[in-house]
Amino acid sequence: MAASRQKTGLRTQQGGRINRDKPVSFTFDGKTYQGFEGDTLASALLANGQHMVARSFKYHRPRGIVAAGAEDPAAIVQIGPDAVETDPNTRVTEQEIFEGLRASAQNCWPSLSFDIGIANDVFSDFFPAGFYYKTFMGPPLSWMRFEPFIRKAAGLGVAPTDRDPEQYDSTNRHADVLVVGAGPAGLAAAKAAADAGARVILVDETNAIGGALLSEPEGSVSLGSKPADVAIQKMVDELHANPDVTVLTRTTAFGYYGDNFVGLWERVTDHLAPTDRVTHMPRQRVWRVRAKQVILATGALERPMVFDGNDRPGIMLAGAVRTFLNRYGVLCGRMAVIFANNDSAWATAFDLQDAGAQIAAIVDIRRNLSGALLQKAAHRGIPIHAGSAIVGTKGRSHVAAAGIRVLDASGMISSKANWIECDLIANSCGWAPNVALFSQSRGKLFYDDDLKAFRPGASWQQERSVGAANGAYDLQDCLDEGRNAGAAAAADAGFKKRIPRVLKASHTMLVQRDLQIMPQIPSPKAAKKVRAFIDLQDDVTTKDIKIAIQEGLHSVEHIKRYTTTGMGTDQGKIANLNAFAFIADHLGKSVPDVGVTTFRQPYKPVTMGALAGQHVGAHFMPRRTTAMHPWHKAQRDVVFEPVGDWLRPRAFLREGEDFHQAVQRETKAARTGIGVLDASTLGKIDVRGPDAREFLNRIYTNAWSKLAPGKCRYGLMLKEDGMVMDDGVTACLADDHFHMTTTTGGAANVLGHLEDYLQTEWPDLKVYLTTTTEQTAVASICGPGCDRLVADLLDDVDPDPETFKFMDWRDAHIQGIPVRVFRISFTGELSYEINIDASYGLWLWKKIFALADSEGGTYDITPYGTEAMHVLRAEKGFIIVGQDTDGTATPFDLGMNWIVKKSGDFVGRRSLSRSDTSRDDRKQLVGLVTEQPDFVLMEGTQIIGSKDEGAVPVVMLGHVTSSYFSPNLGRSIAMAMVERGQGRAGETLYASRKGEAPMAVRVVGTDFLKERSDGTI
Amino acid sequence: MFLIECPWCGERDMSEFHCGGEAHIARPDQSESMTDEEWAQFVFMRKNSKGRYAERWNHAAGCRRWFNLLRNTATDQILAVYRMGETAPSVATDEPVTPSGEAPIGSGNDAVKLMKPGEAL
Repeated sequence: MAASRQKTGLRTQQGGRINRDKPVSFTFDGKTYQGFEGDTLASALLANGQHMVARSFKYHRPRGIVAAGAEDPAAIVQIGPDAVETDPNTRVTEQEIFEGLRASAQNCWPSLSFDIGIANDVFSDFFPAGFYYKTFMGPPLSWMRFEPFIRKAAGLGVAPTDRDPEQYDSTNRHADVLVVGAGPAGLAAAKAAADAGARVILVDETNAIGGALLSEPEGSVSLGSKPADVAIQKMVDELHANPDVTVLTRTTAFGYYGDNFVGLWERVTDHLAPTDRVTHMPRQRVWRVRAKQVILATGALERPMVFDGNDRPGIMLAGAVRTFLNRYGVLCGRMAVIFANNDSAWATAFDLQDAGAQIAAIVDIRRNLSGALLQKAAHRGIPIHAGSAIVGTKGRSHVAAAGIRVLDASGMISSKANWIECDLIANSCGWAPNVALFSQSRGKLFYDDDLKAFRPGASWQQERSVGAANGAYDLQDCLDEGRNAGAAAAADAGFKKRIPRVLKASHTMLVQRDLQIMPQIPSPKAAKKVRAFIDLQDDVTTKDIKIAIQEGLHSVEHIKRYTTTGMGTDQGKIANLNAFAFIADHLGKSVPDVGVTTFRQPYKPVTMGALAGQHVGAHFMPRRTTAMHPWHKAQRDVVFEPVGDWLRPRAFLREGEDFHQAVQRETKAARTGIGVLDASTLGKIDVRGPDAREFLNRIYTNAWSKLAPGKCRYGLMLKEDGMVMDDGVTACLADDHFHMTTTTGGAANVLGHLEDYLQTEWPDLKVYLTTTTEQTAVASICGPGCDRLVADLLDDVDPDPETFKFMDWRDAHIQGIPVRVFRISFTGELSYEINIDASYGLWLWKKIFALADSEGGTYDITPYGTEAMHVLRAEKGFIIVGQDTDGTATPFDLGMNWIVKKSGDFVGRRSLSRSDTSRDDRKQLVGLVTEQPDFVLMEGTQIIGSKDEGAVPVVMLGHVTSSYFSPNLGRSIAMAMVERGQGRAGETLYASRKGEAPMAVRVVGTDFLKERSDGTI
Repeated sequence: MFLIECPWCGERDMSEFHCGGEAHIARPDQSESMTDEEWAQFVFMRKNSKGRYAERWNHAAGCRRWFNLLRNTATDQILAVYRMGETAPSVATDEPVTPSGEAPIGSGNDAVKLMKPGEAL
């Protein structure tokens, strides 16, 4: 049957908007093909007779090229030279070819022509609508068992195996008028707006300007006095010459968001051979455009006919066949059958015939055809089957014959089959305005009974739909609507009204007229045997939709989810309207009563790379580093960790040490020698003003009225719900001036929290907040006898702990440089924190280490990192907000009753006496020591009350929040939140472990150093 | 991705702002004498109503000032911007009939995706 189909020579002798002087070779599935510059992968493959390019998602049926643009449902392939630089699900109708392009079929194994997965097709009765829901309703585990197999069998392309080596970019742009779509309407709009002086952006998702005019035979249409191609080029040249106009091709408007914010996705180098790509150019670019006015000239999409066997390769949209012929110079077949319900498809027949193809038949479901049309076809000797339909097709991997039957007045089959050999069925069920972006803009659609399609109704944003996107299919109407909308948009954007010049088009185009919709073409077969596809990508047939309706799903949104119609990478661009019409027909409702599914962003898949732009790698989340960072980095082996936005040294490894050993050494050194910590990252907020003291009284749980200048105090900050949000030491610099510190990660939140209360609740308080975190570098010096080192550093202040007392601070100098020294401690050890202007941070740090014995000094100084800091503070039982607390702990839960003042309000106070926060079975912070001293519990370990876990559900008493091996205590220590923990001192509980018996633990106080000196541990 | 007119900086993209929830909820002065229920009303309960809603917003990536905003939460239409301490101006907007009603246009929700027969353009 396929004898009439030839694999070669389908390129026309002349014509098409391709560059025949520039041949391009590429490979598809390992085979080399030739095309020309200007070809898409689709047109180049078709020129080589290759219609079938993919296997379908579910049944693995052969899939060919159906459309010529972004609306194609299933002709998607894998692109790229290797497993890293690879793009799955690339539409062959959009990928332009370049020298050396490598494409391969996806979703088939072992090969495109012989695919084992076709077994799914044979057993298609077992994969009905709702297959997933029905099959996997068993216990949850069964889905987990099946899922990998299903995914493998029903996947689409293959994801890259490594990080994307390409560069992507993004840019922001403001425009007076953004025009989406550069067909006749969009072009006229852009020109009118630009002529009025507006800043215009004109985008088109294909590689050329002209839209539907590019699908017309060259010279057949003229604009003004010039052939269309010449007139378009002139307009484009004018737009390019205008500095206020940006023309972007290969650019898709993928999302219409609030306040005329539109996302554009530009493919900058995807069409170029790697050797032609300029290295500084990004592969793709996202434009974030905020436009005063938007004009949508997104054209119309053709609907396919829904008939039995309509999914074979070689069955294409009539408009697409014309596009391939006139834009790319490709004959999609030599023996064509046209199947139509409107006039536009007849143009395909005439153009194909002019290009040398045979038209085996025009089959039109309409019984009454216009005389002019009939005459023209008869004159050309084309057999016409009016009031008839294609009710079946033959062919394996390509269509070979069309079965034609006459329909009676009621649309039922009334004749025997007439099989006509063919290698192409060009079909059209009419055109529907492409309203995706309009609907995304939240405008309302209405059903146009003449078009039998939805078109834009009331607008919500500053937007206008023009041309075919607005249901105007006549060229002159497109030009006029575009021109008027462009002028009006410019005027609305604030430019002087101008009456733009009229552009006259010659009328030789056949457009959709006298449309007659038949939601499903009848079939002589038993209903069960009919396979009329509505969604070619997701393999949804009319039968599937019938099942969904029978099972009680009547809403389009439900039917979509149950059958997957309109899902996938094409989002049912050509399938949806047919699905709605079929559902309406089946339910006996009108299409508008059935409604539409929601058009969501993005209009088509956008690569993650383009959306990420340059926010990858080190730019994904920039890290802040301290003034001392260069010194840290220069150390032999330093482990860093991110803390909040900061990068902090976690441990400094010495030769032969592992991380754990280094932490143990550093932790010990801070209590035996001198430890130095870079504490610059602590949040610092300057609190100043006559009401600063009162402000602190309200913000912290404790009292600040009596804190004298020169003194510091630890404070706990709650949220209004009574839960601990941050802590830190605040120093009184003067009666109206305080220096607040916060946790490293909480600094920004705390500042926001304070500003919120100051600006909104207490605007009467005269307090000014300034963040000073980055202005100051901090070296925290810790260890018994570290006062001698500090004395050596300071010019003018004696750090003697007898006179410079705990929680005091002093202004001092180091070689004349002003510093502020705080005698505060996060370790429980004698400790001084030296604050210095950040620009002297590294100098100070080096100055300290110049006094180390390793540098010829006299002190045993060890730099320590954040991990040792954690162990040191845990030894002393100090909490870390965010580690030992999780937003559900009150000060009482933490055993910090001492910090809650007895009288006076503060943020969160009332919540502390709520019935829930004051109940006695809350989880409370305790210390835990394991029965085996060398066993370190895992943080997060569940604490239970019995030796055995017993039957599920096991009663959980709490969990471990911090756990370390303490070198200073010679054993493991842990902190935990445990139900009624404060009353459990001495009690033995158990820590649950995976695969092992629970470990006995004893409840102790959280200050492990004190517990040791008391002899409890 | 709507625009917000900051009273101090002018029109900016919403990504520069942080929403602080319902506005005009004053922190009670005499909280100690309040019942748990009354206090919980202040701490936890917000109207979160569909349609006209007065919200606190902060220009977090700008001047860091808090201000009030009257927004139609069904359509994201901003009806008024006014300063802290000021009362909400009365501005007309399409009030959806809650709980399941819709503004006639602008929400993009299912009930208003299509024009109704006879509905004016």
